[in-house]
Amino acid sequence: MPTMTLAKAINSGLRDALAADETVMLMGEDIGSLGGVYRVTEGLKAEFGGDRVIDSPLAESGIVGTSIGLSLRGYRPVGEIQFDGFVFPAFNQITTQLAKMHSRSAGRLTVPVTIRIPYGGGIGSIEHHSESPEALFVHTAGLRVITPSNPHDAYWMTRHAIECEDPVIVFEPKRRYWLKGEVDTENPGASADPFRAHIVREGTDATVVAYGPLVPVALAAAQSASEDGRTVEVVDLRSLSPIDFDTVIASVEKTGRLIVAHEAPTFGGLGGEIAARVSERAFLSLEAPVIRVGGFHMPYPVAKVEGQYLPDIDRILEALDRAFAY
Amino acid sequence: MAGELPTTEFDEIPDELLDELEAIAHNRTEGHVQMVQLVDEEGHFHNGTRFSERARRLSRDELRGLYRDMAIIRRFDVEATALQRQGQLALWPPGRGQEAAQIGSGRATRPQDYIFPTYREHGVALTRGVELGELLRLFRGVSNGGWDPTETNFHLYTLVLAAQVPHAVGYAMGIQRDAARAKATGQEPGDPAAVVAYFGDGASSEGDIHESMVFAASFKAPVVFFCQNNQWAISIPTQVQSRIPLHNRAKGYGFPGLRVDGNDVLAVKAVTEWALERARSGKGPVLIEAYTYRQGAHTTADDPTKYRLTEDEQAWLEKDPIARFEKFLRAEGHADDEFFASVVDEGDALAAKSRKEVLAFEPPTLAGEMANVYAEAHPLVEEERAWHLQYEAGFADAETQEGGH
Repeated sequence: MPTMTLAKAINSGLRDALAADETVMLMGEDIGSLGGVYRVTEGLKAEFGGDRVIDSPLAESGIVGTSIGLSLRGYRPVGEIQFDGFVFPAFNQITTQLAKMHSRSAGRLTVPVTIRIPYGGGIGSIEHHSESPEALFVHTAGLRVITPSNPHDAYWMTRHAIECEDPVIVFEPKRRYWLKGEVDTENPGASADPFRAHIVREGTDATVVAYGPLVPVALAAAQSASEDGRTVEVVDLRSLSPIDFDTVIASVEKTGRLIVAHEAPTFGGLGGEIAARVSERAFLSLEAPVIRVGGFHMPYPVAKVEGQYLPDIDRILEALDRAFAY
Repeated sequence: MAGELPTTEFDEIPDELLDELEAIAHNRTEGHVQMVQLVDEEGHFHNGTRFSERARRLSRDELRGLYRDMAIIRRFDVEATALQRQGQLALWPPGRGQEAAQIGSGRATRPQDYIFPTYREHGVALTRGVELGELLRLFRGVSNGGWDPTETNFHLYTLVLAAQVPHAVGYAMGIQRDAARAKATGQEPGDPAAVVAYFGDGASSEGDIHESMVFAASFKAPVVFFCQNNQWAISIPTQVQSRIPLHNRAKGYGFPGLRVDGNDVLAVKAVTEWALERARSGKGPVLIEAYTYRQGAHTTADDPTKYRLTEDEQAWLEKDPIARFEKFLRAEGHADDEFFASVVDEGDALAAKSRKEVLAFEPPTLAGEMANVYAEAHPLVEEERAWHLQYEAGFADAETQEGGH
């Protein structure tokens, strides 16, 4: 089984999808000759040609809008938005058009468009390059939203997103692009369903739900807590729409305590939705309130202070301490 | 195609533009702007250009057909407006005055072409064979679409201004790729196809129009941008959207643009046929500005007396597309009273049929609508749908019990 970086796993997933189905095509800014600003699409234009791996004009609404048209003609376009903070020129096309085409056509039309968005902070970058806008898309019915935390998932989520008949947004944790791991491109194993959460560490005292870039942070926090004699279960949510609440609820019923961590601001974020669902479905299992760990209600801060903004091991441990205090 | 950067393509255009513009130069002008017109307001036909030759080839039946289409879509429009006034539709965007622009362009398309309309292309829908009653589902509040676009290649109406135009360009890029794939595998490529993207003078200010034209030019996509300049975007005159004639914008993108008299069905049809042939043959996009007038309100919720002058409305009524074409048909001996009476009857029958259909529309169920949010199973939607059905069923049980007492 080969070991590769998360970026390379996505690259392999895109290559295998292009090879498997001639209606698959990629479109985005700088994805062709350059191979993308993160080199995620490196080599694909050379292998599949400029008609299938398209260096598009610099226009995000155009990328998504033409992808919709291509999908109506029978293609499976994969659009790349270069950075999280640049998705907003395409927001109208994604929310009013892409998300609604299937329902407004009474199910007659499908728009199997995949949109790849590198997201999240922790790379010391400048304004608009470190954001986590996933809640805005999760809130929009008609879209599916998934995010890998490891190379194997990155490969299979890429493949599954492209094969899905619904529009899928894949948020790629850009600070984990260089994370290495084993990837089985023959057999998805537990990753066969991209919309299922995974328990990535078992425990009985508390549950930490995380996704994307914070999964390694949550695992490190759980390791640290174990040194204090607490066993913490870590759930990698993987899919943000739909959310696999059954796995989350089952974990909370076992542990009685829940921390939800994401880089996005806590206010109006996914943590609130998860907390509400858990309080509805597992109220009597809870030993403590659900505690959210996330960004503050402010624009993503400048790089020199992002370390204080981003949830880290200590922030998760502090939340665990509060939960254990009940 | 996309793989080859179009470094020399811009250089090819001027000769062709000169050729086309020479043809246009023989035609009437509107203000300072040259405009293709074949039939003037008095119904007189003007010869002498490639477009007039094209129009001259139409048979008597084809000419009568164009009149028939315009007249019955106007009758349908009157009926839909009345249905709204009677409380049977939530809203209606009348197309009155734009019949020549819509019928002329729609009749220029071929079955394999694909059309992306705004929400006012009732006339184009007729030319594509869409059951007109289906157009009313959206406005009756029983559907957000109404018809199957794959049956007629007439896409659903789009209410977010200009949002359908990048879809049209993407669809055209798909047509390009179909042809390339067929060629690569030695398959029969099928009839060349093109796409028509409709939008208005108001939507021309939207960013999606700019992005669409950039993409279409860069990839030489087979798409015709058909802008109906009906002079008003609700209450805002075209001059607020553009300080130059709208078709001039095409030059900035590197493809031809021209203005046609949008109230002259023969000119619109000839110009659109030329643009579609050009697109189908791989020469890239064209922008057509059909210069016309929205005789009615923007929608039934609008009040034009607040922002425009009755004198202006009156001046445009004298350019009415249907009255003008009737004069032409009579002058040329193509149609008589009997024909025009038969068209009135046909329009009345269509109106009555549509009214009957509207009143019989069954509203959908909310649960049914929920089932169409995603193409593949989605646990949240399924959970909410199950809850909703159970909740509603509770009321049914209560009613049954009450009935039993």
